[in-house]
Amino acid sequence: MGIVAEALIALVKIAVVLGVVSLVVAYLTYLERKIIAHIQMRLGPMRVGWHGLLQPIADGLKLFLKEDIIPDKADKIVFVIAPVMVLVPAFVVYSVLPFSQNFYITQINVGLFFILAVSSLGVFGIVMAGWASNSKYSLLGALRSAAQMLSYEIFLGFSLIGPLMLAGSLNLQRIVEAQGDVWFVFYQPLAFVVFFIASLAETNRVPFDLPEAETELVAGFHTEYSGMKFAFFFLAEYANIMVTTAVAVALFFGGWQGIDWIPLPGFVWYLLKMGVLIFVFIWLRATLPRYRYDQLMRLGWKFMFPLVMANIFLTGLVKYLFL
Amino acid sequence: MELLFFYIFAAGIVGASLLMVTRANVIHAALSLVLAFLFMAGLFVLAGAEFLAGVQILVYAGGIMVLYLFSIMLMNVGVSIRLRQWHRQSVLALAAALLLAAEIWMVLGRGGYPEARRWPWKLGETPGNVEALGQVLYTKFLFPFEVASMLLLAAMIGAIVLAKRRITR
Repeated sequence: MGIVAEALIALVKIAVVLGVVSLVVAYLTYLERKIIAHIQMRLGPMRVGWHGLLQPIADGLKLFLKEDIIPDKADKIVFVIAPVMVLVPAFVVYSVLPFSQNFYITQINVGLFFILAVSSLGVFGIVMAGWASNSKYSLLGALRSAAQMLSYEIFLGFSLIGPLMLAGSLNLQRIVEAQGDVWFVFYQPLAFVVFFIASLAETNRVPFDLPEAETELVAGFHTEYSGMKFAFFFLAEYANIMVTTAVAVALFFGGWQGIDWIPLPGFVWYLLKMGVLIFVFIWLRATLPRYRYDQLMRLGWKFMFPLVMANIFLTGLVKYLFL
Repeated sequence: MELLFFYIFAAGIVGASLLMVTRANVIHAALSLVLAFLFMAGLFVLAGAEFLAGVQILVYAGGIMVLYLFSIMLMNVGVSIRLRQWHRQSVLALAAALLLAAEIWMVLGRGGYPEARRWPWKLGETPGNVEALGQVLYTKFLFPFEVASMLLLAAMIGAIVLAKRRITR
């Protein structure tokens, strides 16, 4: 196969993944509004289309046509780059996710590490946005966010070590294949709990949505943003939710592997499992109150950090003694 | 193809580093440094060291530089823009740079680091960079590895002690 053909196939794959992800992200906002509405005994969006099904498209058009305001005292260059810096890492990560046995954009040896590294760049966009807006609310929101994301990145990274030790590879496809018999969530329940809590914090979701706590910070780091730039932050947040659930599925729930006697293609299993986890994300938002900042840090460093360390130690011990 | 990418990354590093030292605004300088780190990660990938590239991004770009930005943002950036940026030391700096260039030229010219000059760089036929690195790190270089971790631990305790004193006062 020629290099041109290979490049074309890669481009088509990237286009498919990007298109699907963008569409799904738009509809996640709809799903979130609907689910929360029903949990709170409301109906949610009902006007645009059947049961409000066209609402995300109307919202997108609205954001697209809105006036794009750059504050007078803002640092123009950084202000414009910041939303891009948030969105790009969130989408780049999809390039290594193994959606099924043979559908993935690329496979690299350090796949999981690549995801961790690239998604750690998302903090920059938030910090840049907060600083460039030249507003106290934004700066405070950005500082909170940076501290929170840096701390929880550590627990997130450490919680992945347990399953990695079992799989013996950083390649996501290899990790999925290692779960042929038993999903790692049964071997590594502690790691999964810590991973899930840390990913809630990484994506700034309730109960860790301090960076954008509406009641005290207006909207946190994106207070000054409007129009498409605001939409970029919004998209990135939901794209990140999908990434964390996708990583969770690949590492803890057997990826594209399903139950044998139900013949469904691999990527359907993958998306189904992701859907269940995303539902839990939204469910939590409708259920839990927000943590205070000191509680957030205490929970992280004094409870979750020793927990993941113990988990790594235990995994090593069990592996040494019985395997 | 690889050579083309090498030149792109190298030009990126040089350009971003130049931006970093010439910007008056500290935040812009720090962001240019991040860019330079990203290009360096690209060079590591070309050299077949994917793990190092990941570490470069995760630790330097994603960790250390965020902390830098964090502390810079708490300062008054406006003051730094008004400070004098050039200190009329260009002659001295030029001399030092030439000296360094001559030194590098001599080391490479006399056949130092022969493997660094073999293009394209490949680190042997290992199953994966991570496995190879782990193997070497925990067998051949175990002692230096432990020493380095002790050093980091000491630095960490030192930082905690310094920060703690200020709180109790």
